[in-house]
Parts: sequence; C-alpha cells; structure tokens
Amino acid sequence: MFISLSADIGENFRAAEPARPNDRAGQGGVSHATGTFPVETRGLSKSFDARVVVDHVDLQVREREIFGLIGPNGAGKSTLIKMLTTLLPPTSGTGRVAGYDLTREPKAVRAHIGYVPQLLSADGALTGYENLLLSARLYLIPREERAQRIQDALKLTGLDASADRLAQQYSGGMLRRLEIAQSTLHRPAVLIMDEPTVGLDPVARDIVWDHIRELRDRYGTTILITTHMMEEAGALCDRLGILHKGRLEKVGTPAELMAEIGPRATLDDVFARVVGSDAETGGDSRNVSQERRSSAAHG
Amino acid sequence: MDSLTNGIKDYATEILAVASAEMSKLKHDPSEILTRAIQPAIWLVLFGGVMSHVSGIATSNGRYLDFLAPGILAQSVLFAAIFYGIAAIWERDLGVLHRYMVSPAPRSALVLGKAFAAAVRGLSQAVVVYLLSFALGIAIDLNPLHLLAVGVLIALGSGLFSTFSLIIACIVKTRERFMGIGQVLTMPIFFASNAIYPIDIMPPWLRTISLANPLSYEVDALRALMLAGETSKFGLGVDCAVLVMIFAILVAIATRMYPRMTT
Repeated sequence: MFISLSADIGENFRAAEPARPNDRAGQGGVSHATGTFPVETRGLSKSFDARVVVDHVDLQVREREIFGLIGPNGAGKSTLIKMLTTLLPPTSGTGRVAGYDLTREPKAVRAHIGYVPQLLSADGALTGYENLLLSARLYLIPREERAQRIQDALKLTGLDASADRLAQQYSGGMLRRLEIAQSTLHRPAVLIMDEPTVGLDPVARDIVWDHIRELRDRYGTTILITTHMMEEAGALCDRLGILHKGRLEKVGTPAELMAEIGPRATLDDVFARVVGSDAETGGDSRNVSQERRSSAAHG
Repeated sequence: MDSLTNGIKDYATEILAVASAEMSKLKHDPSEILTRAIQPAIWLVLFGGVMSHVSGIATSNGRYLDFLAPGILAQSVLFAAIFYGIAAIWERDLGVLHRYMVSPAPRSALVLGKAFAAAVRGLSQAVVVYLLSFALGIAIDLNPLHLLAVGVLIALGSGLFSTFSLIIACIVKTRERFMGIGQVLTMPIFFASNAIYPIDIMPPWLRTISLANPLSYEVDALRALMLAGETSKFGLGVDCAVLVMIFAILVAIATRMYPRMTT
C-alpha cells in the first residue's frame, strides 16, 4: 500500500494545479487548452471480446454548446459516455475532454468534468446539503469557499429551502437538480449527462432544461447529454450526433438534420432514416431494468 | 515541500469526505447502533452465562466471561464491517458509486474513506460492548491510554475487515451472491480464531488456521488492553504489525479492484 499510497499522494500534488477547481465565472468559459474542442475524440473505439460497441467515433463538441447524443438502446451511448468520463479505458483511438487526454491524464479529466449518471447518484440517506458537502470535499474546493459555493448552488437549483431534508424525500425533479448541483460545484468545463430528464414529468423536465441552459449561459459550461427523446433533442440541443451500432452516423443542428430529409421532416423522421428498422433490436434486459429503475427513482 | 504537504492535506480531505458522509448517515438513523447491540448482548449474557459454568476452558484469571468480552467486541466489529461489501454493491446498483468514481479523488483515498467509515461504526459498537461488559461486572481496564489503544485497534480491525469485504464485493458483484458468501466467510473467521476459546485447546490443524487469521491478532491485542491484568499472547507489537500489514495489502488490492465495479 505504501507504494501505491505515496504514488497516489504524488499524483495528487502533481495534479494539484490543474485539478484546483478554478472559478470560471465571467471568463466566458475559455477552454483549458486553447485551439481544441472541449470534447474531441479520434477513432475512439471499445470492444468487449469480439463485440464492437463503439466503433471509431470522431466526435467534436464545441465550446459552450449543448450537444445531444441520440441513438437507440444498445447504440453505444453509455459505453461512449463511460469512456469520456474515464470510467472505461478505450480499446483504441484517442480522446481529449476539457483539454486533457483520456488515457494519459484521467485524473485531470475527472477534475474538469462534471458527470450526472442516468442512475440515481445522490445519496438518499444524506440531506441535500450533505450531498453537496461530500462533492465539495471530493473535488477539493477550498474550505473557505465551500459554504458559499454550496449556497450558490442551492439557490441556483431552487433547493435552498429543502437543503436540510434527506434526499430520499425529494421529488424526481429535485433529485435531478441536486445531482446537477453536485456535478457542477467545481465549475467543470464540460458537463456530461446521461438521459438527464428520463422519468420526469413535463414541468420538472422544463425546469431541468432551464437549469442546463442557465449553466451554459452563466458559467460557459460545455454540455454533452445523451437522450432518446426527440423532443428533448430538438428543444434543448444546439447540435446532435446520431449514434447507431457504435458509429457516429450523423452530426448537425436539428434544423440541418431535418432539412436533409425534406421540407416537413421531423427529428423522428431523421432518427428513423438513420436507424431504420433496427430501432427495436438494440439493448438488453439490463438496459431496460436500469432505465425502469431510474425512471422509478426519478419519477 | 509545500506541494507535498498540500498533497497530503488534499488526500486527507478526500478520505474524510467519504468517512464524514457515513457519520452523517449514522446521525440521521442511529437505530442501527441499537439493533447492532443485540447480538453482542446475546453472546455475552446467554452464551457467556452458560459457558461460564463449563470448566476446562483455561483462561488466565479463571473467569470465562472476562475472557469472552474482548472476543465478542472483536466479533461485533467483524460482523459490522463485513456488511460494507453489500453496501458497496448497493451503492453501485443505485449509482452513488459513479459519483465517487468520476471524482478526481485517488481511488486509494476512496477505499481508505470507506475503511474510516467502518471504523466509525466499529467504535460505536465498542461503546456498546464496553457498557455491556461494565454492567456484567467484567474487570475492565480503564487506563485512558489503553482505552485509546483499544479505539485504534477497533478502527484498524474495522478497516481491515471492511476492506476485505469490499474486495469480496468486487469479485462476486451481486447482492444475492454476497449474501450467500457473507455467512460462509464470517463464521470460519469467527470460529477459527481465539475469540471464544483459547488457541491452546484447539486441535493442531485448527490452531494453524487460527494463527493465520487476522481476527486472532485483533482479539489477542484487545484482550490485553481491555481487561485489567491481562497480557497479550503474541505480543502487542506482533499483533499490530500483522494487522497493519494485512490491512495495507488489502487496501492495495481494493484500490485496483474498486473502480472496476462501475463497469
């Protein structure tokens, strides 16, 4: 342990400079490494045994944009997200997120991104405030700034009145907002969200959407979401990428994608054109049960 | 030098982040401390009460209940700690684990944070067993230095067994399998140790096993420090060295395995 422990501490202080959450407010969200995209992959691939799940994805997400990754179940969205959040190492290809290399600087990547998983990630046995405090400490937000940051986050998400209630008593929409607050406390350059509004009613969903836009406008955060709801893709996202069978088949603004098909085409048409009759074949029971469970948890 | 102290400070902050979340949970629902007090009470009052009348268990001051108390303290620490694995699987299933794993906190800090959290629970167990022992008239050593040392040992033992449990969780991955294996593991660890009978009266094969069992060293040290006039069999230095070494090895293993639980 002593070897790995000291190596960890070493890594900790080497990464300490870039890992310090820097207050990006008012800077217009300047990228940490200039001249690159906040999210950029080249030939990023992942295989499990012989099964190719993500297949040579070249993805570029621009500064301050809300980018939506859409695709049927089993298209590889979750695996791609896991690679971009350094939870899974790629089989081949490279990627940079927030200016740091996914495989060589995973810790720096983690320090500069926020991630809201599809599953319920706030701890129900803790209050909203305690959940935020946990995140503030894990992201090493300096002690003297913690209270202020947490207050700001609570106010921004409209949770200030419920801060001292256990998260398990929150509604689905409140939980989502708490999770977003937890993931953005360190002012990440890039916020990655997996199905941010799945299981929410329309009112709660609109509040979450507004909140995502607010983060972009106020802090210049670049936002990457996955969704399988075309309404969300059209209403929230600046640009979309359609993932099918592990390949990034199309990228463009909703308007561009629809115009390609025809004058009165909808995003559903675009989706159907790309995915074809395969839409129903992807995914597995685990996928379904996870989605159901998180719908239940958030709904 | 400044950056090194900063690094250590950050590392400590991240360990404490995990541990203090656990303390908050315990604060919100302290009923667990009470329900966990039932088992040691049964062992001390029922098992200890009956076995005190059985002659042939040679203990140093001749009182079996005194001999038993540190063993039951170690047992309750073991039983509380072993369920950390199932909590880890639960957190993985819920998604809470993802929050930890996408944070920049070093993985070893997360593992140590869980170990510290287990230590907090272990210490709450210790308070319960001390109160019970006191009520049963057991000759408790109240030397503050020894009490402090007991605290450190409880923390170490909790950390060790909870980390062991975390590794098992990483291997078996599902709650159902863990439930099955949890019992299979705790019973041999408990019975193949010096917790409820001295090593000397064991058959040689069992003696060998119990000498390889970290719980024996935990009990041995607790016995010396918790009871007035009792000395350690292996030597306190040996006890601590064995426990620290095994804990260190387990943390190193868990640090490698824990992050893979998310995938």
